[in-house]
Amino acid sequence: MITPLRPEGALVAAPLLGVAFGWLLERGGLGSAPRLAGQFYLTDLRVFKVMFSALVTAMLGAFWLDRFGFIDLRLVELPETFLLPQALGGALFGVGFLIAGLCPGTSCVAAAAGRLDGLGVVGGMLGGVVLFNGSFPWVERFYQSTARGAMTLSDVMPVPRGLVVAMVTAAALGGFVVAERLERRRS
Amino acid sequence: MNRSPQPYIDSYFAGVGIGLVLLASYVLVGHGLGASGAFASVVAAGTAIVEGSSRAGASQAVAPYLPNGLMSPFRDWLVLELAGAMLGGWLSAFFAGRARIAVERGPGIGTTTRMVAAVAGGVLMGLGAKLARGCTSGQALTGGALLSAGSWMFIGSCFLAGYVLAPFARRLWR
Repeated sequence: MITPLRPEGALVAAPLLGVAFGWLLERGGLGSAPRLAGQFYLTDLRVFKVMFSALVTAMLGAFWLDRFGFIDLRLVELPETFLLPQALGGALFGVGFLIAGLCPGTSCVAAAAGRLDGLGVVGGMLGGVVLFNGSFPWVERFYQSTARGAMTLSDVMPVPRGLVVAMVTAAALGGFVVAERLERRRS
Repeated sequence: MNRSPQPYIDSYFAGVGIGLVLLASYVLVGHGLGASGAFASVVAAGTAIVEGSSRAGASQAVAPYLPNGLMSPFRDWLVLELAGAMLGGWLSAFFAGRARIAVERGPGIGTTTRMVAAVAGGVLMGLGAKLARGCTSGQALTGGALLSAGSWMFIGSCFLAGYVLAPFARRLWR
């Protein structure tokens, strides 16, 4: 059984994992806003392809490592669910993503590679957080509403976790086939 | 640099690599990757510098990011991880011949429009990520792979909103 590092070890691991993350994002073309924006016009589907191949890889790895007893998935922090704030926050985020052509992580990569538009997104993000913090007394009730705690898809759907993992994997593989067809059609 | 930049690597190769980094993060650190949380941490420290630690610490929105006072960002896992991501992004761009000062934009708009859109989009993402408690990294990837219901809600509404409004933003990119 592998257990997570103590805080000091985690702080050493953080920049190393970050370097690998940033390197792979840039190598995959996710430091270039027009390429990311192509996702919304179905001309360049690398956002979908990178995001879902990463998601499926980590999902399958976590599932099987837990199943074989190498890790305990209960020790991994599961983001808590707040239904309405996450629905509205996701929508605001999606509109911002469309307009900016970059998301928070990729804007940092773009800025680091010298893209001033990436730097603009970073500045805007900081401004958005300041705005949110300033209006927190007014939005707090909504922010804390519809709290469901640590809730997974297998709590929502009456099926075992393994089946959800299989369904997500199958959906992603189907999505990759469609993505390849779309890209070939447009090129 | 006169060399033309190296081509990008295959999307699936990059994706599987990022998935393995995320998996390593689960196993070694006990939680996933993130980006917007680092922004929140930096803003909290900035607020504490401007308003003073005691006033900033009284705000429910800021206090959780200041467990170690003004030194918090330097002890925050997400800030160190994102600083690493910037270094990694720069290294990759440099060795691929892509590191240069430029504004990347759609063919139909000028630099000023692009910069205004970049900042405006950033503001919306800052608000959205705070409300949703995470972004493409902390919710979509990290929570998505752990099958968090709220993370999948975030993925769904993010892309739904993006696709619904994409025709109106066409001028920015096409």
